[in-house]
Amino acid sequence: MVDKVYSSPDEALAGLTQDGMTVAVGGFGLCGIPERLIIALRDTGVGSITAVSNNAGVDDWGLGLLLETRQIRKMVSSYVGENDLFKQQFMSGELELEFNPQGTLAERLRAGGAGIPAFFTKTGVGTVIAENKEHREFDGETFLMERGIRADLALVKAWKGDAFGNLVYRKTARNFNPMVATCGETTVAEVEHLVGPGELDPDEIHTPGIFVDRIIQTESEKRIENRTTSG
Amino acid sequence: MALDRNQITARAARELRDGYYVNLGIGMPTLVANHVPEDMTVWLQSENGLLGMGAFPGEEEVDADLINAGKQTVTGVTGHSFFSSADSFGMIRGGHIDLAILGAMEVSQQGDIANWMIPGKLVKGMGGAMDLVAGVRKVIVTMEHCNRKGEPKIIPECTLPLTGLACIDMIITDLCVMEMDPERRRFRVTELAPGVTREEIEQKTTAELLFADQPAEITA
Repeated sequence: MVDKVYSSPDEALAGLTQDGMTVAVGGFGLCGIPERLIIALRDTGVGSITAVSNNAGVDDWGLGLLLETRQIRKMVSSYVGENDLFKQQFMSGELELEFNPQGTLAERLRAGGAGIPAFFTKTGVGTVIAENKEHREFDGETFLMERGIRADLALVKAWKGDAFGNLVYRKTARNFNPMVATCGETTVAEVEHLVGPGELDPDEIHTPGIFVDRIIQTESEKRIENRTTSG
Repeated sequence: MALDRNQITARAARELRDGYYVNLGIGMPTLVANHVPEDMTVWLQSENGLLGMGAFPGEEEVDADLINAGKQTVTGVTGHSFFSSADSFGMIRGGHIDLAILGAMEVSQQGDIANWMIPGKLVKGMGGAMDLVAGVRKVIVTMEHCNRKGEPKIIPECTLPLTGLACIDMIITDLCVMEMDPERRRFRVTELAPGVTREEIEQKTTAELLFADQPAEITA
């Protein structure tokens, strides 16, 4: 059987990177990001990346690390408000930015992974994001066409996984990870707990192993962006 | 007398109905959660993948894997569920969310909204705002009637980049409540804050408005 288990994030990315590639990355803010794989991606030295990710991390964590080293040429995101480095590089023209409405981004990844090249949505009709996009009427309402996204490499974070690549996410750390997992030419998952064969309940698997090519177990820091308590 | 943020959101909470699925925007709209009547069940949706959002956690309960769309740590109420961003926006775009309450920089007289971008300033992105205004069944704006310079925010045409077209059903400001008349495509002022007159609203609004014959006084 093909062994999907790798021993380190660096090893898990070996042979998968090339300049100018598109990388899709799971996570919402710093929640559920593949933090060790992002560091390993930085360490490959790959450049001119198009990164598809809802957010851009913060200055010293998540995709912010790859902005620091100027390895990202373009971001496809819905919200990047938490990253000063991002703002600087965008304003200076160093970094290209494509804003997608969050639901459109999620659906583009889902569609790409499911072999759907394009779909129609009401979101964004009449706004700047509708410019130069095909419009069509269905049942008396106007919709615009959005394209599915396929990535050369997809990086995801899960709570538990097994050697077959089956993944289970935890709480709101699921977010974009299931769709990102489906849209990669190659998909690499980092998990907090790599469990034995048959230990995951088949009814509870969120991402079936068919979507995952490589898997590693990592220690996650799981930083909190906005710690808020009732106390 | 103008309403404060607490009073504006208390008035907005009167639009809630038992069993509603509701998405509250960041900022003033989050205060609506404080005014849900005790005998009513309202499911708060957080678009990062949580239905049944609860209060902020105690120190012991803080969980990095459980946050809301504002990236704050939260808890879930009994019966809450987690799901992917695609399912989350399936709820929003598929018309399954009953009500969204959000803030705005400008609203036009036909109900267009601008709330995500000021040209020349650093743009953070629209997040889920365009999906919410396009997909949710009823959209309410809570905001100050005028901007910080005292200029009207309810105007004939938005000057800022739009978030959505003809999608706002109701506006609740510190001065009044107005509801969209679906036939005439204009807002009708139905309630006034205590001591606020029709003349004051007309003076502070450049949008063409309709007025109810006897606007009620806003009671929160």
